[in-house]
Amino acid sequence: MKKIVILGAMSTIAIACTRLWANKECEFILIARNKDKLSQIADDLTARGSIVHIKTSDFSDYSKHETLSKECFEKVGNIDILLTAYGTLPDQIECEKNTDIALQEFHTNGLSVISLLNHFAMRMEKQDTVSGTISGTIAVISSVAGDRGRASNYLYGAAKSAVSTYCSGLRARLSRTGIHVLTIKPGFVDTQMTQHLTLPEKLTASPEQVAHDISGAITSKKDVLYTRWFWRYIMLIIVIIPNRIFKKMKF
Amino acid sequence: MKKGTYSSWGMYPYYPQIAHDCMWRDELTTKLKGMVEIHGSTLAYGNGRSYGDSCFAHSDNVLSTRCLNKIILADWETGKIICESGITFEEIIDIALPKGWFLPVTPGTKFVTLGGAIANDIHGKNHHHKGTFGCHIKQFCLIRADQKELICSNQKNTSLFQATIGGLGLTGIIKWAEIQLIPVNSSEIESTAIRFDSLEEFFTISKELDTQYEYSATWIDCLAKNNSIGKGIYFAGNHTKKNTLEIKTKKNKTLPFTLPISAVNSLTLRAFNYLYFRKHKTGRKNILMPYDKFFYPLDGVLHWNRIYGKKGFQQYQCIIPEKNAYNGIKTILKLISDHKCGSFLAVLKRCGDIPSPGLLSFPMPGISLALDFPQNNKLVALFSKLDEIVRETQGRLYPAKDAHMTGSDFRLSYPSWEKVEALRDPALNSRFWKRVTD
Ligand SMILES: Cc1cc2nc3c(=O)[nH]c(=O)nc-3n(C[C@H](O)[C@H](O)[C@H](O)COP(=O)(O)OP(=O)(O)OC[C@H]3O[C@@H](n4cnc5c(N)ncnc54)[C@H](O)[C@@H]3O)c2cc1C
Ligand SMILES: NC(=O)c1ccc[n+]([C@@H]2O[C@H](COP(=O)([O-])OP(=O)(O)OC[C@H]3O[C@@H](n4cnc5c(N)ncnc54)[C@H](OP(=O)(O)O)[C@@H]3O)[C@@H](O)[C@H]2O)c1
Repeated sequence: MKKIVILGAMSTIAIACTRLWANKECEFILIARNKDKLSQIADDLTARGSIVHIKTSDFSDYSKHETLSKECFEKVGNIDILLTAYGTLPDQIECEKNTDIALQEFHTNGLSVISLLNHFAMRMEKQDTVSGTISGTIAVISSVAGDRGRASNYLYGAAKSAVSTYCSGLRARLSRTGIHVLTIKPGFVDTQMTQHLTLPEKLTASPEQVAHDISGAITSKKDVLYTRWFWRYIMLIIVIIPNRIFKKMKF
Repeated sequence: MKKGTYSSWGMYPYYPQIAHDCMWRDELTTKLKGMVEIHGSTLAYGNGRSYGDSCFAHSDNVLSTRCLNKIILADWETGKIICESGITFEEIIDIALPKGWFLPVTPGTKFVTLGGAIANDIHGKNHHHKGTFGCHIKQFCLIRADQKELICSNQKNTSLFQATIGGLGLTGIIKWAEIQLIPVNSSEIESTAIRFDSLEEFFTISKELDTQYEYSATWIDCLAKNNSIGKGIYFAGNHTKKNTLEIKTKKNKTLPFTLPISAVNSLTLRAFNYLYFRKHKTGRKNILMPYDKFFYPLDGVLHWNRIYGKKGFQQYQCIIPEKNAYNGIKTILKLISDHKCGSFLAVLKRCGDIPSPGLLSFPMPGISLALDFPQNNKLVALFSKLDEIVRETQGRLYPAKDAHMTGSDFRLSYPSWEKVEALRDPALNSRFWKRVTD
């Protein structure tokens, strides 16, 4: 039975992932802020045949991260999949005017993720498995926005870029232990986070499609996943646009 | 969570519905009140698998329940499950079938929501054995704008329970419902197909075989004339006893865009009907079929409704009471074959006598006929002739499929409508209801 820990279990993308995984028997630890909603998700997964534990935590509080990771390992022994899926979409204009808010957003989307990953990685690289070899996946939802800072959301982009770079280093380090690190870079996804935005329909994925891609990338031990696949090519182009043109673009 | 506007399955009439999502069941009450304040009234929208205007809010602002698709409690020993109302039959089957349970009643598509299935008190191929879906509802929780939440069942808030089953979404928003599933050994159906040459034969075959088969429905060639009127193929089946509880995941095809004009015309229709009839040899054929091929042959092509083009289509579904059924159906079929443009899918089904708790339930003991017509101006004349026969034979039309019936026909054939109107939540109203009760 797969043991799966989700940081930010109420994210729309995370919910779609857990449902997909729950097709086979799994043991979940779901962590998020809102207890009531968390138990609704837990009831649903339990009815589908999984074992579910829930914990409430606000990830912006670093002081809890060590205990949190310790408790997870105590509960399930070792972890097959760790998925970090929480995040906020900051109001860029607000961040430009108010440095406290800017730093708070960077803190949530960047630093707190790095802090949690640091704690979990330390334990995962030492975890014993039945077969005697170390295995497991650390899957981290970053974003295509981290590939290049754009005027319209570079604060979010900067935080995601920090996470992607951290994951790249972590992957290299852990590759020697057998732990697989997957960086997930979604483009537009139709979720709670983007409810207030009008996204281009043809470029927008459903949470279920993204979950399907994530699950496939974990199985095939992919390093970096663009989801949907065409974002790899869109970003390839965006990254090579010369600055003299890029800085004039309005997006 | 999709933004933008919704239509109904028939894409006719055209009243784009602005969708307002609700992500968590505890937010339904606030959401409902908020919408009523701004738009005056609203209506729950499930998955838009109704054909006409019954899933359209009178204010054209609907409360979409599709994100409410969680299971609240499941007892896999007894097959009782409590789910949020936006869960689809597809989602329920995917979870329940591998555990040995199936829906007690299912329509011809698995893309309907639990709330929608209750609100239209849907029936399936096993109506003669199991009655309507409403017969298998233990209880549900109803949210009304003017009151707190109400639990309704056969024992509690009985009048609201009866008014909500088949209540067209007008008595409140269903938050969750408890259903009793049926145990099955297998995901396959032992099915049989019998080709026959006339309406008389249909009546004999269905009378004789419906008792032996849990499920039955009949395809007929709606272009057949004279003595061949009513020729077709009778399909029936039972859950097999063999142990194969797997769900095969097959990729659905999808029709990616709406055709500019309808691909269904008398030429394509004649060719299809000819080939389909020929494909089935004379005599009986027994085969083992996966459940989704047996129950949901049309779901294999997502958005097949788009073949009817931008104008959309209408379904005509009526039921004629047993004593008048033969003559009534024969006259109707004759009028349709003279009209020359029926549908690929013309379905006859004998309904049984198990009463539904619902006040506005469509089925009655008798024969139901359903067929699709591409939308065009000539339908007005044809439908008014057909309506006359339905009226004379004391039959009625199915609101879930309707975009045309007159108010007087509705009120005559659903005499309990006033009871539902009395229990309607003033915050809820539909285009259909306004059309037939005003
Ligand atoms: C291919 C196909 C085959 C079909 N075969 C059959 C069949 O064999 N037998 C049959 O009976 N029907 C059949 N139907 C019709 C279909 O089953 C019904 O129209 C069904 O009600 C659609 O469900 P929905 O979730 O899409 O609801 P919608 O069409 O979105 O809404 C239908 C009604 O339900 C109400 N409603 C939805 N959710 C709620 C809620 N949470 N609380 C209160 N009210 C709610 C709406 O207000 C509306 O009045 C078929 C339809 C198709 C497209
Ligand atoms: N949607 C997109 O287009 C898109 C594109 C690229 C990347 N992403 C990334 O995908 C991930 C999942 O997002 P989503 O689209 O599924 O959005 P979502 O449904 O809004 O999920 C985000 C979740 O993060 C939680 N969260 C935020 N701050 C938190 C904190 N301090 N502590 C604990 N939980 C916190 C939120 O919890 P509350 O409910 O309690 O607020 C929410 O459940 C995010 O990392 C996002 O950046 C999304």
